[in-house]
Amino acid sequence: MSNKELMITAYKIRKHIIEAVFHPQAGHPGGSLSIADIMSVLYFDKMNISPDNVNDPDRDRFVLSKGHCSPALYGALAEKGIIPKEDIKTFRHIDSYLQGHPDMKAVPGVDMSTGSLGQGISAACGMALAGKLDKKDYRVYSVLGDGETEEGQVWEAAMFAAHYNLDNLTIFVDFNGLQIDGDITKVMNPTPLDEKFLAFGWNVITIDAHDYDQIKDAIEKAKATKGKPTAIIAKSIKGKGVSFMENNPSWHGVAPNEEEYKQAMAELDAKLTELEGK
Amino acid sequence: MAEVKKIATRESYGKALKEFGTDERIVVLDADLSKSTKTATFKDAYPHRHFNAGIAEANMTSVAAGLASCGKIVFASSFAMFASGRAFEQIRNSVCYPNLNVKIGATHAGISVGEDGATHQCNEDIAIMRALPNMTIINPADDAEARLAVKAAIETDGPFYLRFGRLAVDVINDPSTYKFEIGKGIELKSGKDVTIIATGLMVSKALNAAKELMEEGIDARVINIHTIKPIDKDIIIKASKETGAIVTCEEHSIIGGLGSAVSEVLSENAPCIMRRVGIMDKFGRSGKPAQLFEAYGLDEKTIIKNVKEAIASK
Repeated sequence: MSNKELMITAYKIRKHIIEAVFHPQAGHPGGSLSIADIMSVLYFDKMNISPDNVNDPDRDRFVLSKGHCSPALYGALAEKGIIPKEDIKTFRHIDSYLQGHPDMKAVPGVDMSTGSLGQGISAACGMALAGKLDKKDYRVYSVLGDGETEEGQVWEAAMFAAHYNLDNLTIFVDFNGLQIDGDITKVMNPTPLDEKFLAFGWNVITIDAHDYDQIKDAIEKAKATKGKPTAIIAKSIKGKGVSFMENNPSWHGVAPNEEEYKQAMAELDAKLTELEGK
Repeated sequence: MAEVKKIATRESYGKALKEFGTDERIVVLDADLSKSTKTATFKDAYPHRHFNAGIAEANMTSVAAGLASCGKIVFASSFAMFASGRAFEQIRNSVCYPNLNVKIGATHAGISVGEDGATHQCNEDIAIMRALPNMTIINPADDAEARLAVKAAIETDGPFYLRFGRLAVDVINDPSTYKFEIGKGIELKSGKDVTIIATGLMVSKALNAAKELMEEGIDARVINIHTIKPIDKDIIIKASKETGAIVTCEEHSIIGGLGSAVSEVLSENAPCIMRRVGIMDKFGRSGKPAQLFEAYGLDEKTIIKNVKEAIASK
């Protein structure tokens, strides 16, 4: 898919994110918006996934290790036609299958229930190991938060993936620099992430999380890398695409009010109009 | 009478994994304890399906979940303390919440770990595992039961917590005739005056105690509860109605384990006088298992004392 088409899809995902968190007045817009471009490339350009193969043993897997950014995943699944778009507004409601954090038993296309940070990357390792055991050539992708790397389990998983040569595993670290209590380097500095993953035996690529050529190229390099897993450190802007949410940690886990919702949707619509050349 | 044969249920676990390990879907994970947990027995037969996760139980448990999501039947092993304790939240969120086919093979449970002392003597695992939705908990009493518990876990989809011991314990069941059914208690001895409900290595002690009580004219029923969850309500209610007094025996804290599970069934269905034999809300210590059983009241003497108290309180 062309970069422009992918960007259009990413902005549609961003609209789903704002829609999702506005209706229940709950959820995590900031870190969802920052991964929208990555989600667009994965679901619309790189991953072998479609409405028809969500249970196919040969499909590619995706684990949202930073499960609180479920609106980005649900948005991608909705755009992909795996879940109905109109269900997005039921997010976090009492009778909805779209739980605050993804539930693999309830949502088609969700490969692992996540939300407790650090566990998703390990589950992704298990899927990659199963692929090796079964001699299947599917690939496993996982998106982690930068703050999430403060969890010790991430490094247990990093050891495991390198030890078992899981070159079918690619992770993205959404490096937006902010966690719920503020700047990640001030809360508990997990950097330098590139050097840490390198030291753990990974192939490491650092990219701009909003540059489509770089995202695509990093995924291709990961595919071509044999014998080791790949960590893509994706430098992103938290809240990307909504001006007043960008680089502001207070939008980590807060929903917009009516006025903010309208402004956010207007900004996203304006961007879409510009991209679609209407 | 011939000397009673003794086998540690961890040995039975390793052998059963090997025996039933022909199924290509079975994958075994361990956390640097494979020689102790006996998953090394499986590894000898199926090295390509055994993976050491190193001393990293949290990752091991979530890796197990990922494998299970791809159709594998996964046994994840460590000492009960670390399997259930260190990785509790991974068991909860990665395994039980999505109801994945992961079997926690927890060895070295209870105080009979012995010399390693309190840090390694897990007397709380049943309590915390019992609180998890979707979890089945089996605490086998001997070799034959442990073998069939492993087989049942393989054949039954969903999360299991299988609790095994380090210490060689009496073989009380005849492997040629023994039948195992998840969730079904077994009446090992009939009796009308009191019922001793035991689990794990306390079952053989309960049988010994019942024999001694018989000599004093007390006719005690003995029930083996191998499946702590889901618990066999019927056999417990029947025992309450027919004998009017129940003593539970477990190598586990009296809080949250078999004693609690039985008292929950009784208080909602058929209340009767009850006593709980187990670890009395304490940490263990180093010592020989036999010394520890005596020091912590996990012996025939303590069972008999509690039986007499329960009968006197009727």
